[in-house]
Amino acid sequence: MNDLLDDWGLTAAVFLPMVGAVVMLAIPRTEEALHKVIALVSSLAVLGVVVALIAEFDFDRTRTLQYEVDHSWIEVINSRYILGVDGIALPLLALTALIVPLVVIYSWNHFPEPHNPKAFLILTLVLETGMVGTFLAQDLILFFVFFELVLLPMYFMIGVWGGEQRQYASIKFFLFTLFGSALMIVSFLALYFLSPEVVVDGVARHTFDIRELTDWGGEGLARTTALFVFGGMFMGFGIKVPLFPFHTWLPDAHTQAPTQGSVILAAVLLKLGTYGFVRIAIPILPEAAEEWAPWIGLLAVIGIIYGALGCLAQTDMKRLIAFSSVAHMGYVMLGIATLTDFGVNAAIFGMVAHGLITGMLFFIAGSVKERYHTLEIKRLGGMLLQAPRMGWILGFACMASLGLPGLAGFWGEFPAILSAYNPGGDLDPALFRVYMVVAAIGTIFAAGYLLWLLQRVAFGTPKEEFSGERIHDLHLTDYLAWAPMLLLIVVLGVYPNLIFRVTDGAVIESLAAVGGG
Amino acid sequence: MPAAVLAAVQQVPFTSPLLDWHALAPEVILTATLVVVLLVDLFTDEHSKWLASSLTGIGMLAAAVPLLTLAVDGSPRSMFDGAYVVDDFALVMKGVFLLAGYVTVLLSTNYIAEGDYWEGEYYVLLASSLLGMTVMASARDLITIFLALELLSIPAYLLAGWRKRELTGNEAGLKYYLMGVFASAVMLYGMSLIFGGTGSTVLAVIGDRLDGSFGESPVAALGIVFVLVGFGFKVSAVPFHNWAPDTYEGAPTPITAFLSVASKAAGFVALLELIFVAFYGRDDVYGPLMWVLAALTMTVGNLIALRQTNIVRLFAYSSVAQAGFILAPLALAGHGADVADDAIRAVVTYLVIYTAMNLGAFAVILAVSRKTRSGEISSWGGLFEYAPGLTVAMTIFLFALAGIPPLGGWFAKFGVFKAVLGAGGASASLLAVVVAVNSVIALYYYAGVARVMWFEPVPDEDRTPIRLPVAIGVALVITVAVTVVTGILPGTAGRFGDVATDLFAAVTTTTGR
Repeated sequence: MNDLLDDWGLTAAVFLPMVGAVVMLAIPRTEEALHKVIALVSSLAVLGVVVALIAEFDFDRTRTLQYEVDHSWIEVINSRYILGVDGIALPLLALTALIVPLVVIYSWNHFPEPHNPKAFLILTLVLETGMVGTFLAQDLILFFVFFELVLLPMYFMIGVWGGEQRQYASIKFFLFTLFGSALMIVSFLALYFLSPEVVVDGVARHTFDIRELTDWGGEGLARTTALFVFGGMFMGFGIKVPLFPFHTWLPDAHTQAPTQGSVILAAVLLKLGTYGFVRIAIPILPEAAEEWAPWIGLLAVIGIIYGALGCLAQTDMKRLIAFSSVAHMGYVMLGIATLTDFGVNAAIFGMVAHGLITGMLFFIAGSVKERYHTLEIKRLGGMLLQAPRMGWILGFACMASLGLPGLAGFWGEFPAILSAYNPGGDLDPALFRVYMVVAAIGTIFAAGYLLWLLQRVAFGTPKEEFSGERIHDLHLTDYLAWAPMLLLIVVLGVYPNLIFRVTDGAVIESLAAVGGG
Repeated sequence: MPAAVLAAVQQVPFTSPLLDWHALAPEVILTATLVVVLLVDLFTDEHSKWLASSLTGIGMLAAAVPLLTLAVDGSPRSMFDGAYVVDDFALVMKGVFLLAGYVTVLLSTNYIAEGDYWEGEYYVLLASSLLGMTVMASARDLITIFLALELLSIPAYLLAGWRKRELTGNEAGLKYYLMGVFASAVMLYGMSLIFGGTGSTVLAVIGDRLDGSFGESPVAALGIVFVLVGFGFKVSAVPFHNWAPDTYEGAPTPITAFLSVASKAAGFVALLELIFVAFYGRDDVYGPLMWVLAALTMTVGNLIALRQTNIVRLFAYSSVAQAGFILAPLALAGHGADVADDAIRAVVTYLVIYTAMNLGAFAVILAVSRKTRSGEISSWGGLFEYAPGLTVAMTIFLFALAGIPPLGGWFAKFGVFKAVLGAGGASASLLAVVVAVNSVIALYYYAGVARVMWFEPVPDEDRTPIRLPVAIGVALVITVAVTVVTGILPGTAGRFGDVATDLFAAVTTTTGR
């Protein structure tokens, strides 16, 4: 069993959804129940594999890649099929494997219009393959392929099943991301040519192997070259995060996407960018990272304040949550920019916490939209009277999102802010302390807009137009889909060590080349 | 005077050139095919004209068989003092041409039979154009290249004007013909300059002698530029692209597919042969020329494509832009042997993948236009609702052309990036950024077509399913398979590109350059 897991575990986690998708392609569209079952089974199978992987994971060696597979793939350019999971990738892998089946369950009776469960679920599964593959790939080209693989399904998900402005939002999402990744692939190739050759099977060749490139760490690279190469990757990952000022695609994409798309986008897709920084950009070019870090930190805190102010100006619940994503990803990027293991640990925690909490908020927003047919905050109100359970869950998610101690959100924000007090490497502490203060002010804004949202939507009495209507409280599928997320928000909030313990070793390893730490 | 010449000629003993029939087998089979098709057409009634297309298709497949035996045999074969070479490069490109030709026959079958055109002549011309292309893949001599070019072009002029009862058809044929002849004239002039200076038409010899004093002279540079510009017309590089959109729109759609893929690939084959065998030492001439052509071609092609509302014109400009991507590696090929190898790999790999994805897109265009009877992109609205299979196939081709992983096109674009960046330096980095920006622009109009198919409502509420002819179905299966497989296992296409580098390796080993 262990051998099987060692050799095939990760490959299965990546490609099981694809197998499900191919099977579904062969089944006619009218067999809706069958499609749902296959999608659920294949995504649960991935979850099962991931649980098995976690069970067998050696938590004493989180800093090394485990379950590695290494096969030849594109011989001509010496790009290899290398998968592996360490302490940084594991929490994100688990998050992805958990979110997708929940999304399928939530969809069960709530497929967005136009009704076509077959196509919708196939796209969801293809997305899962792309997301899982990105977190596991240890070869730059393989990473790139998976990173791009998520674009197409998300484009169609927003474009076909989205809201009024769906065409604009979907192409904007696609173009922004593609622009970043085109520059990113240029940087990857530059790394390939600039890094020393590695002996493979007795022949010295350039390599895309992330492990080898991390060992090399940009040694002997001219300063300006390294800055440019890092810049290309910064564009690729930064747009995906999204960092201010590249964030403009996000509110549109989130607002227009169907609920399920928003949840996946918020919970996992944004993390591909931050993960890229932690896994690729910083370990491979630590010196360039140090020079870029003050600027990344600056953009991060601008994002925090800008996102928060943006939230206060929104009239649409979903758009508000989308802007809050910009702010939250700002904390994550600030943690990364400090280049301390404390900060990066916080960032990874923040990724998982934001995935759960904002995913939850988008689920609620979707349910509100379904019941009230509007997300305009001023038309809503009194949800605690009409649908008390949903109202309480909204309150809970808002509390978690504003960083209430004891819930998961706290452990993403607070340590990230704290870590800016004493940044790593040769970074200027004074500058980062300014960032720290600004970011801390951002938490006050966050409390402001989330409580305002909660107050307007949940408290008070229902507005006239809805006062006579019977609003259905939670469905069975809602309970099933939301319970694991709510539970995890509490568990991680009470016992954050669950993640810190896993990530810490790997983070120290990845920051080894950055002095200080 | 004639008597004196005759006497002089008689003093040179004539030795019959060695003919390697095995190496010539593909060309011989193609020649036999076109003769047989011509004869069959003469002696059959109207109701059995379908024989022509079947025989042509079979002939093309049969011509591919000796390619396999030659590939297994492995050793490169050279004839006529190095004027005609059958190496791995030639074999790969002949394979691409035959595949493109076969798919074109599949696309033509229903279109030509139902359109009341002249079937026998059509397929004879198609086969002879293809014959010119296979000769081009082996040509290593100025005269052979010119012969091959005319052999592939003249039938193509006729085919482009095949819809002779329509005004656009006439325009297509005439424009293509005039531009083509003009390009040939420019090219011939350049060839004569080079021959005058080097005293040889064999590319390898020219390559040697261009290193000498003549190579430094402006005349040599002029000759090189003229020859390359001549092929710039063939591959529809900006600013020599003006013929392409009108010709593509007016020609029968299968011929448009053929021109945008096979004919263009033949132009690139000639460019590769000329640059890597003959002109390689003068990268100060062709480098900047190709740099400018590549950057202009992809940018202008993309920008104009953004504004197209007709699907065929859109693909005309898209194929102009794609030519720009393929030209890019040639701009920096002079930066050493490694970069040269990478450039050949990039171009050949690109051609292999591009052939599949572009032909596939045209297959869908043909199938859809059977129902909509319109070339406007807006008529494709809601295609997903009544033809999901075709929509998915078209989506695959569109995003492959845009270079989105995991579909074939990404590896083609990646090869271009690799070849360009491998050269190092500011001009290489700048070109790489131009390519990157253009990939994003291109996505916009490719995604635009996908948007109409998936997101827009059906324009006239006519949702009758599209009846897909078997031949087009087969063409779609072939092209989808190649597009997807080369994307997931890029090593397959990469391998073809890799063996094709023997075009350059042969020169470096024999001349020590």
